[in-house]
Amino acid sequence: MHLTLEFAGGAELLFGKQKLQTIDLPDNNTSWTIRTLLIWIRENLLRERPELFIQGDSVRPGILVLVNDTDWELLDGLNYQLKENDNILFVSTLHGG
Amino acid sequence: MPSATCVSCNGQRPAALVRPKTSEPYCKQCFFDAFEREIHETIVKEQLFKPGETIAVAASGGKDSTVLAHVLKLLNERHSYGLKLVLLSIDEGITGYRDDSLETVKRNQQQYELPLIILTYKELYGWSMDEIVKAVGRKNNCTFCGVFRRQALDRGAMKLSVNKIATGHNADDIAETILMNILRGDIARLKRCTLIMTGDESDDSEGSIIPRCKPLKYAYEKEIVLYAFYKRLDYFSTECLYSPNAYRGNIRTYIKDLERLRPSSIIDIIHSGEQLLVKQSTKMPVQRVCERCSYCSSMPICKACLLIEGLNKGVPKLGIGKTERYRKEMQKKDECCSDQSLCHCMKEKLTVNEHN
Ligand SMILES: [Zn+2]
Ligand SMILES: [Zn+2]
Ligand SMILES: [Zn+2]
Repeated sequence: MHLTLEFAGGAELLFGKQKLQTIDLPDNNTSWTIRTLLIWIRENLLRERPELFIQGDSVRPGILVLVNDTDWELLDGLNYQLKENDNILFVSTLHGG
Repeated sequence: MPSATCVSCNGQRPAALVRPKTSEPYCKQCFFDAFEREIHETIVKEQLFKPGETIAVAASGGKDSTVLAHVLKLLNERHSYGLKLVLLSIDEGITGYRDDSLETVKRNQQQYELPLIILTYKELYGWSMDEIVKAVGRKNNCTFCGVFRRQALDRGAMKLSVNKIATGHNADDIAETILMNILRGDIARLKRCTLIMTGDESDDSEGSIIPRCKPLKYAYEKEIVLYAFYKRLDYFSTECLYSPNAYRGNIRTYIKDLERLRPSSIIDIIHSGEQLLVKQSTKMPVQRVCERCSYCSSMPICKACLLIEGLNKGVPKLGIGKTERYRKEMQKKDECCSDQSLCHCMKEKLTVNEHN
């Protein structure tokens, strides 16, 4: 599955300052959700200090998630089922104002 | 794709976000309208500005001050406040650190067509942060950056003789400060930190010379970030070079945890803080004025003056750690600094957080 990941508001600092990444998730038999995407991100993209991005099975409180510009709170949050070419944006609200 | 529709335009448009204050789904357009309207209502209700005033918007290039500058500019025109707005930025003089954020502020100046004034630590204190680090070492410079940063805006605003300073403190910041002062049992600050305006006629605490206001006091950080994102505002985010105050950092995490459980908790904390009454008989710490710079200080000589004295005398450790004896000596000598510097009470900064 092809996705675009965006990191902003300081979250990009945890990903080598890369703001935009396109990724291809392996096709497995179960469908991908934000929950399983986060596990994939932790294993494949997060190099250092994963606790600043992921806590428990979710993003750290204070990091906003938008799916195609829409607040994930409107989309079932962690259980949102990812679709081909979705754009997932992670914005930190925790960095300097 | 999203099934929810906006509650504000009766489902004409699909919702884009959940507003944390009310947990209601809003579309982008209605969110912009509501966000701007609520800040306008706060400004009017709290009488933050008077026609003809010059307002320095504290601009760091970060999300809060960028949204503040954008919204104040917009509301000033939309509702004819009659304000003269200026962006005021402070350059600490740390090689490489401010470059990106000052570039952002310079772009903001073009985008919003507002005058920009950048004042350096060198101009304000006679010392840049790089020079201070050279003199005191990396281990101790946090004391300086905390104290100097805190009063830089006041010093700058005085230099420019503006009527007021507007800062980008948002609801999350205020809730955090309220909790921090409760945990510390700091009644004087607890009362003060809930005020939307300090240093004006209604504020009975002495010392602050230029009034400060916080137009974003009731605006959630989440909404500020989403407003900036949807409006494609140009802001800069960085990790602070200095390790954040660990105590404050823990409270911030706690607030964000609370928000996830119940988003209204942030505004609830602010309302609770505002309702607290201090018994008349409670002994409040005596507010006095620094003998050198005549700004509010709990000690005869304020922390900033002590630090500058140390730097100029080549004993930079002067302001760090046990200071009682030095303060007394300085008092005796009393060579007044010509500069009208301003200092808030910095008692808590005496315990220094070291860099990692
Ligand atoms: Zn709407
Ligand atoms: Zn510091
Ligand atoms: Zn002083």
